[in-house]
Amino acid sequence: MPMLLAIELAYWQETAIKVAVMAVLVPTTALILGIVFLFKMMSWMQSRMGPQEAGPRGLLQLLADGVKFLQKEDIIPDAADRFVFKAAPIVVLVSTFLTYVVVPAGPDLVIENLPTGIFFAMAVSSLSVIGVLMAGWASSNKYALMGGLRAAGQLIAYELPLVLAVTGVVIQVGSLSMQDIVWAQATGEIFGWGGIGLPLILTQILAFFVFMAAVQAELAQPPFDMPIAETEVVGGYHIEYTGFRFLFFFLGEFATAFAFAAIAATLFLGGWYVPGIPPDSVWANVVGPIALFVKIMFVSFLIFWFRFTYPRFREDQLQTFAWKYLIPLSLVNITVTGIVVVAF
Amino acid sequence: MPPTLTVLIAAATAGQDYSDFLRQYLTVVIMAGLAMALVGTLLGVGALLRPSRRQGDKHVTYESGVDPVGEHWSQSHVRYYVFALLFVIFDVEAVFIFPWATRLDADTELIGSGGEVLGVLGPYGTIGLIKMFLFIAVLALGLVYAWRKGVLRWM
Repeated sequence: MPMLLAIELAYWQETAIKVAVMAVLVPTTALILGIVFLFKMMSWMQSRMGPQEAGPRGLLQLLADGVKFLQKEDIIPDAADRFVFKAAPIVVLVSTFLTYVVVPAGPDLVIENLPTGIFFAMAVSSLSVIGVLMAGWASSNKYALMGGLRAAGQLIAYELPLVLAVTGVVIQVGSLSMQDIVWAQATGEIFGWGGIGLPLILTQILAFFVFMAAVQAELAQPPFDMPIAETEVVGGYHIEYTGFRFLFFFLGEFATAFAFAAIAATLFLGGWYVPGIPPDSVWANVVGPIALFVKIMFVSFLIFWFRFTYPRFREDQLQTFAWKYLIPLSLVNITVTGIVVVAF
Repeated sequence: MPPTLTVLIAAATAGQDYSDFLRQYLTVVIMAGLAMALVGTLLGVGALLRPSRRQGDKHVTYESGVDPVGEHWSQSHVRYYVFALLFVIFDVEAVFIFPWATRLDADTELIGSGGEVLGVLGPYGTIGLIKMFLFIAVLALGLVYAWRKGVLRWM
């Protein structure tokens, strides 16, 4: 990848900038999704106003909640396994942070353009299931344990469609690096016409559908929210967590939602590429993050739209949906993509 | 280091310097550290602000308000443990599919430690496609078998 910004920084300087960016970026993304979609869009879809008081139109509500959570007593049940109980939210948050590492926001704007990019993202995002299982087990609570086991079963079942859906894109691009995937879309052509590049959603629409369904389940969002269903297991693995430890799970869930939306936008919608701006110009670094953000908001809108629309699946329906529909579908997608790529 | 090994390492890192390769993963480790530092800082700030009054019932396991009954780590039927076995099989499949997918239709350049191109590996093409289809077919057969045997039925 050509170095477009004419600044040469030492490794530690670069890393310091990256650390600062990540420390601000990741919590902010969770705030944005929480306020825009969870509070405002959900309220409007349910014909109510949502938060009104804190800040203009209630936009600072989540910050106010954060300050409130900061003052909550930190209660660890006597029966709990203290060390594992404390470590669980950290595991979830580490998994979230690592997912952000490979997502590019411009030709030069990426934390690390790992050669194994998308594979790495899939690997670290599935680490969160360990944190969830730890939380469920360490709480020594029947509901928490059941919720944790449900979460494990669910994340296991939907890990496969997620990974297999990505394979279709990888076959077409021929690289695992997220930057290469964006470049392939930016320089692609639709039957010889290169006006808008080739967003891979046009050829991988099946993979996009499977990917979005699997993401919904990986995030344990309704309609796949049996692990934290309040009417069945009273919040599942969240149940014994209070104050900021609870908020870390929330932060992890929403920041991961944003990261998955970013991955979906990069894989299927062209990532930071904007038609009309050459991907090797300096302007791509300026417009790229904005374009990526718009695409992420669109994908997030889809995720939360499904969240607020569909009722909860039953546990057996969930497993059936993954094993009997999504996995065969994604295998068909790999097969067809392979044949088309080799034949043409 | 024998020359062939140098080629392999350099090829694995897609033409980068080996220390660059390691540095990328150093950044990954730093980011994991950042997540832990964030948790530590916020909990530390919280410790200055929040009350800490230990009272008997506060630390009892929560079971919807009544006194907890019996063992906390109760026995429950993990109904999908066979799914977990299936998952292992298919996840290994995914690990094999990814390297195949990157080379199905793309050339792979073998790049030496000095950045020079040592050679080009051609795409797998039709033969690679047929081989992978056989692999997927065998696994799909396994899924069909499990399906017929009623493993995917909720018990």
